[in-house]
Amino acid sequence: MTLVRSGDHVARREALADPVARYERMYEIRRFEERVNDLFAQGLIHGTTHLCAGQEALDVSLALELRATDIVTATYRGHGIALALGMPATDVLAEIMGKADGCTGGVGGSMHLCEPDVGLLPTFAIVGAGLPVAAGAALAFQTRGEDRVAVAVFGDGAANIGAFHEALNLAAVWKLPVVFVCDNNVYAEYSRIDLTTPLTDLHRRAGSYDIPGVPVDGMDVDATRAVLREAVSRARAGEGPTLVEAKTYRFAGHSRADQATYRPEGELERWRERDPLVLARAALVAGGAATEDDLAGLEKAVDEDLDAVAEAVAAGPDPTPAAMFRNIWAVAA
Amino acid sequence: MARIRVRQAIASALSDAMREDESVLIFGEDIAAAEGPFKTSEGLLAEFGPLRVRDTPISEMGFVGAAVGAAAVGMRPVAEIMFMEFLGVALDQLVTEAAKFRYLSNGRVGVPLVVRASVGSGLGFGTQHSQTLENWLGATPGLKVAVPSDAQTAYGLLRSAIRDPDPVVVLEPRVLYAERGECVTGDAGIVPLGVARVPREGDALTVVALGQTVRAALAAAERIDAGIEVIDLSTVTPWDRETVLASVAKTGRLVTVEEAPASGGWGAEIVATVTTAAFRSLQAPPFRITAPDVPVPYNKALEARFSPGIGEIEHQLTTYLRTGEVPDPWWLREGVAA
Ligand SMILES: Cc1ncc(C[n+]2csc(CCOP(=O)(O)OP(=O)(O)O)c2C)c(N)n1
Ligand SMILES: [Mg+2]
Repeated sequence: MTLVRSGDHVARREALADPVARYERMYEIRRFEERVNDLFAQGLIHGTTHLCAGQEALDVSLALELRATDIVTATYRGHGIALALGMPATDVLAEIMGKADGCTGGVGGSMHLCEPDVGLLPTFAIVGAGLPVAAGAALAFQTRGEDRVAVAVFGDGAANIGAFHEALNLAAVWKLPVVFVCDNNVYAEYSRIDLTTPLTDLHRRAGSYDIPGVPVDGMDVDATRAVLREAVSRARAGEGPTLVEAKTYRFAGHSRADQATYRPEGELERWRERDPLVLARAALVAGGAATEDDLAGLEKAVDEDLDAVAEAVAAGPDPTPAAMFRNIWAVAA
Repeated sequence: MARIRVRQAIASALSDAMREDESVLIFGEDIAAAEGPFKTSEGLLAEFGPLRVRDTPISEMGFVGAAVGAAAVGMRPVAEIMFMEFLGVALDQLVTEAAKFRYLSNGRVGVPLVVRASVGSGLGFGTQHSQTLENWLGATPGLKVAVPSDAQTAYGLLRSAIRDPDPVVVLEPRVLYAERGECVTGDAGIVPLGVARVPREGDALTVVALGQTVRAALAAAERIDAGIEVIDLSTVTPWDRETVLASVAKTGRLVTVEEAPASGGWGAEIVATVTTAAFRSLQAPPFRITAPDVPVPYNKALEARFSPGIGEIEHQLTTYLRTGEVPDPWWLREGVAA
């Protein structure tokens, strides 16, 4: 099996056409997040991080259904999307560790990943901010007659902020080639969704803008992929936006400090039975695409790869103070 | 006197205010059941119940606007903005609505609301969660803006803000939440708005600091020990001209220390006012120590250099006292930026 774990962004993206590679990427994302958590505990990461464990199927299926020329706006919970879209683990981890080789040179950190080569705009740390921006990218594609789409990925909590409603309405009335992907992982920070909105089936909000709203089991990579495919092709065909609601679960706390003690007893365990990795792995074996041994070997290779990445990144250079003065304007004042 | 953390001082101010006045209510994201992302509302839901202590959706425009409406009809809401940047999506309600009601009602409708927001760099939260941004608000007649620098001022300024008849924004340096300090509570602990404090007296140089830079300025002054007077501005709008001018009349020298980028900072306002009003008492050009005109960088070492620290302040003040000339900031001295 030849799978792409590092190197060229676009090759990493294209590898996802293979279902085994999709599992591999999901596994890589999960292990990557575990490492980030460990590095944090060791004091090697500064500030905060928001882990995406439980949401790998959505990230990978999105990457699969988009082209590298499409545009994605995502959030502070963006490590998985960045890896799925094709960024090598080195670029992402180096940024999270504030290193000179990170994707912003170490000035952005965990919440601000960016890779124009795979269509990822700088990820947004302000809830909801990415939705109108995706609509704007779509507006540009429509104006120029380009065969490109934009996708905004955001959480359930973002559906309560004005930007969500304004962006959906704009996109609907102008029939923009954009897909709004709500990652409904049940919580916004420490609040369960039903404490902050009475309409918890968020895809139904689409009705207010007279656009399709589609729920999907976000733990199932194939189901998610099928729904995204439909939404993306609608956008490409000029039929306008879709609101996709992927039902997922946030396995980790909101951010590094959060032990998630507010979860009802047994809830996490119930969702873990539907762990997207477990489901994807079982489906591959059952369908004969790979054997247990194949997958165990692949997992071991990913683990070793991540060991090497973590070691190399930790040894990499820090930015010099000059880095904070760069890229304020195109031409320095 | 109890030594408590700044976040506890804030929770005490909120609970004392709620006990004193039934019209005080608080809301914000995860402030009730979770007792605040920074634990600044510990115990409040349990004591005052869900009508007065409310968790909100992620809807800053909605709940800051709700604070305006509730205040306009007689409540004293305290809305929490978790990180100052999130006020961006609610700015209209504060600047264009709340701050104008008294003016537009011929004095008949006041808006006694408080917005609390955590501000500042130093904890690795990155570019979109580390600014102080008091300059978003300073040019808005009708608003008051206070910035505590320790447990006592966190308690006392917030109590004053809640009692104030007009909209007040309290910007809390996030890096201080876990710091302990002495704190008198109750009426004796109230710190008036618009009055600067003078935590260190001296007759050679006036240093005006705010929020997080107060302790750095005090520590630098301690090291230099050459008659440096440190003023904690405490309220940035409207600021205490009297105290600053009286100090400069005595020292003949003025330096401001700001955590924010130089352009548009409050120090410019102070230097301009003092230069105009006290030109003849100045023995050397007043100047500002600020962060560079850059976004707050994430990397830990870079972030530490962004905000003027003790070493940088010490260097600047020592050079200034010795030469009478305005020293270059570190990025010019080190040739890092032009
Ligand atoms: C405008 C704004 N308000 C508040 C926050 C603080 N905040 C960051 S993440 C978050 C929860 C978001 O929940 P959700 O949209 O469900 O996304 P998730 O974190 O679950 O991926 C909050 C309240 C913010 N970043 N921006
Ligand atoms: Mg969520």
